[in-house]
Amino acid sequence: MVRKKASRFVRLLPIGAVALLASCSNAPILNPKGQVGADEKSLIITAALLMLIVVIPVIVLTLTFAFKYRASNTKAKFMPDWAHSRKIETVVWAVPIIIVIALGIVTWTSTHKLDPFRPLDSSAKPLTIEAISLDWKWLFIYPEQGIATVNQIAFPVNVPIDFKITSDTVMNSFFIPRLGSQIYSMAGMQTQLHLIANSAGTYNGISANFSGAGFSGMNFKAIAGTEQQFNDWVNKAKQSGSALDQAAYNQLAKQSEDNPVQYFSSVKANLFRDIIAKYMFQPMDKKMTNAMKSGS
Amino acid sequence: MFGKLTLSALPLDNPIQMGAVVFMAVCGVAILGYVTYKKLWVYIWKEWLTSVDHKRIGVMYIIVAFVMLIRGFIDALMMRSQLAVAYGANHGYLPPHHYDQIFSAHGTIMILFMAMPFIIGLINIVVPLQIGARDVAFPFMNSISLWLFLVGVVLVNLSLVLGDFAQTGWTAYPPLSELKYSPGVGVDYYIWSLEIAGVGTLLTGINFFVTIIKMRAPGMTLMKMPVFTWTALCTNMLIIGAFPILTVALALLALDRYLGMHFFTNAAGGNLMMYVNLFWAWGHPEVYILVLPAFGVYSEVVATFTGKKLFGYKSMVYATLAITILSFVVWLHHFFTMGSGADVNAFFGIATMLIAIPTGVKIFNWLFTIYRGRLQFTVPVLWTLGFMITFTIGGMSGVLLAVPGADFVLHNSLFLIAHFHNTIIGGAVFGVFAGFAYWFPKAFGFKLNEKLGKGAFWSWLIGFYLAFMPLYVLGFMGMTRRLNHYDNPAFRPWLIIAAIGAVVILIGVIFQVLQLVVSIRDRKKNMDVTGDPWNGRTLEWSVSSPPPFYNFANIPEVTELDAFWDMKQKGITAKKPAEYQKIHMPRNTPAGVFIGLFALAFGFALIWHIWWLAIVGILGIIGTMIVRTSNDDIDYYVPAEEVKRIEELHAQKVASEA
Repeated sequence: MVRKKASRFVRLLPIGAVALLASCSNAPILNPKGQVGADEKSLIITAALLMLIVVIPVIVLTLTFAFKYRASNTKAKFMPDWAHSRKIETVVWAVPIIIVIALGIVTWTSTHKLDPFRPLDSSAKPLTIEAISLDWKWLFIYPEQGIATVNQIAFPVNVPIDFKITSDTVMNSFFIPRLGSQIYSMAGMQTQLHLIANSAGTYNGISANFSGAGFSGMNFKAIAGTEQQFNDWVNKAKQSGSALDQAAYNQLAKQSEDNPVQYFSSVKANLFRDIIAKYMFQPMDKKMTNAMKSGS
Repeated sequence: MFGKLTLSALPLDNPIQMGAVVFMAVCGVAILGYVTYKKLWVYIWKEWLTSVDHKRIGVMYIIVAFVMLIRGFIDALMMRSQLAVAYGANHGYLPPHHYDQIFSAHGTIMILFMAMPFIIGLINIVVPLQIGARDVAFPFMNSISLWLFLVGVVLVNLSLVLGDFAQTGWTAYPPLSELKYSPGVGVDYYIWSLEIAGVGTLLTGINFFVTIIKMRAPGMTLMKMPVFTWTALCTNMLIIGAFPILTVALALLALDRYLGMHFFTNAAGGNLMMYVNLFWAWGHPEVYILVLPAFGVYSEVVATFTGKKLFGYKSMVYATLAITILSFVVWLHHFFTMGSGADVNAFFGIATMLIAIPTGVKIFNWLFTIYRGRLQFTVPVLWTLGFMITFTIGGMSGVLLAVPGADFVLHNSLFLIAHFHNTIIGGAVFGVFAGFAYWFPKAFGFKLNEKLGKGAFWSWLIGFYLAFMPLYVLGFMGMTRRLNHYDNPAFRPWLIIAAIGAVVILIGVIFQVLQLVVSIRDRKKNMDVTGDPWNGRTLEWSVSSPPPFYNFANIPEVTELDAFWDMKQKGITAKKPAEYQKIHMPRNTPAGVFIGLFALAFGFALIWHIWWLAIVGILGIIGTMIVRTSNDDIDYYVPAEEVKRIEELHAQKVASEA
């Protein structure tokens, strides 16, 4: 009986392991759905392989040396006063230096290429989405379409998206793991993030910086579809009938948890800019107004 | 009269917290009862609490570190069990209000009130002995350091009983930690416990820097210093450089919270980015403050238990110095995602990678010390081998995070959590455990039980991999840190494995407690009368265990690296001195205790806005200092006959054993 149970357990074990591995191989960071994420995935793999050149030998040597030179093995050579070898020391300094030089070059080029503020190389006209972190939900404004949503965005595939991001509360981090890079949202300041989706799907979006009690529920969905699907989605929002004026915004900005998706058919003009500006010195001097206008 | 403090500050509505309060009360009463029953009060007061002896102060630091390890570990068990169940409709048993305090307290405690005192405790016990000194440069200041540190410990634990702890994470980033978003006393507990303990740590840094620079035995040039002392020197330089930054950052946050200023608020020109920069300008050196002395421990352990000189001593020293300097120019890698330009991010990324070079060199040097040695698989060696493999993996994930493009998707994820536990547990914690087993016989005169020590090692090692490897996977799945609930079914199996890992570590902790109990019970059997149980190489093994309070009857003359080994080779250790001299020693003093008590009143009063008590506290500190300064009877001479008596007693014991 016991043996039977045990053998069943043993047979179940690989199934469990396979299930675990499957869930692992489907991990968003390792299965990106956009160019930025794909570049970051290959960067991670390149960097990891470069480091394994030294990490694997270290682990193997540790185990081999520890075993071979165990005290009970009196056959192994014993050189109690040997403590210096120019050859070995040159190698142990040189190998990490060479690898770090290689990694450094990769880092310099990739950091510039993946700079979140850098517009993506694409012939398609970018779509602008303004994202505002609130306690504890995300508000998105589509300035060109004139709509706003809570905890949901949609965009066409293969169109670069220009996210302009700020916060009307504490610091959060805007992150859609399947698409790549995240960036902080901070009150009184605007950060930028350029992403693109190269295949259709609904992807999870999160805040990746702890922001208080409702943080765990501060999730949104990012729907990447065809141009037509995107237009339908915009129309759906336009037909929702509710307007995001200042009063509606003030109501929305109050603390709330696990917010449902909401659509607004119209948005007060310059709402995004006003949210940033309200944390700046009042009255705003000329220079600042100009800076705001130029979008810096 | 009592500021914001009312009876409602008691957590009567929270059974878990009340349980902790009752548990602490029971433990406290049991200990006090035992001390009273055994009539130990006078002994404890005279020999320990008022002691300025670096060895006793070190022991007290480590006792507190162990207690706080258990406190912080209970927090970890609660987090892991919450996440194993809080999926979908089930919201677990810890609501955000409580859960957020737990992870904030876990981080704060494990770094500042567990790892730090453990490291400082080891430095206290070992460094003066290794350099052939009779005490530290400023023995009374050492006592103040201990007591200020204890104030921090008491305040953090008091937050369980009265009010809340911070719900901001251990970094307490504003604006979340500002009054507007954290109106309670939680952040104030955080600020004042770190401020007061931080001053104590800074004083420790100054103390040991001066001790190592000025008080080495004749002949011990810098390049003949034991490696542990070198790492201690670098760590204390880092403390002197880094801790004032934390003190200032938290003071500015306190000004925001107490006086309505706007350093880091959203409004009126405040900017949170300044805090984040300041915090990590301290925070990154801080991790090297923890790990460098651990590197020192491994160096001592490997050399001793292979019976071989440390390979590449000079490389080791230069590598340590390189890490010390580089650790100050990498802080921005904690926030690549804040929106700095590509040039800035790439600079800090590459600077971070540079640290991998000296670190890699160190690992190779330990490897080549084992090479052609005779490695004894003692408990300290097991911790060292476990470290060499675990830390290499942690270092690799760290360099990966140093690539900004990779960090953009891994930042703040559980991959990061796995990484820093990989380096802090696999580096600093394994290191202090190795040091604990290695120097325990020196501090107490008997060895620890090996079998239970090995049980602790294997449980910790296996538990560590079970608990943290799944977190790497979860990071790749896009799970961010500090969640207390999730809806993604793919997370669940990994979080359950991680919880099982935490339970395996718990077994390791139980082994450690058992090891202490059993070793104390069998102390007669495991007695070491020689003072040199491991055939050691450095000066601390040349005196009896525990060492006499004056450490060295005659200050040793150093001619070589591994001074004691050299003396043993030359056969000059057993030689009795022609005559003994009187020894100048500092007197014990209760001033440190009083300063601590007044500082506790001061911190507590500021947290609860009890202004009169804050004034009493600060005046009390100043008053105690004045009284102490006007006391001329702070030192004395141990007569030569007394030294002779103690030394001959030890010699007799060694002879009778042989």
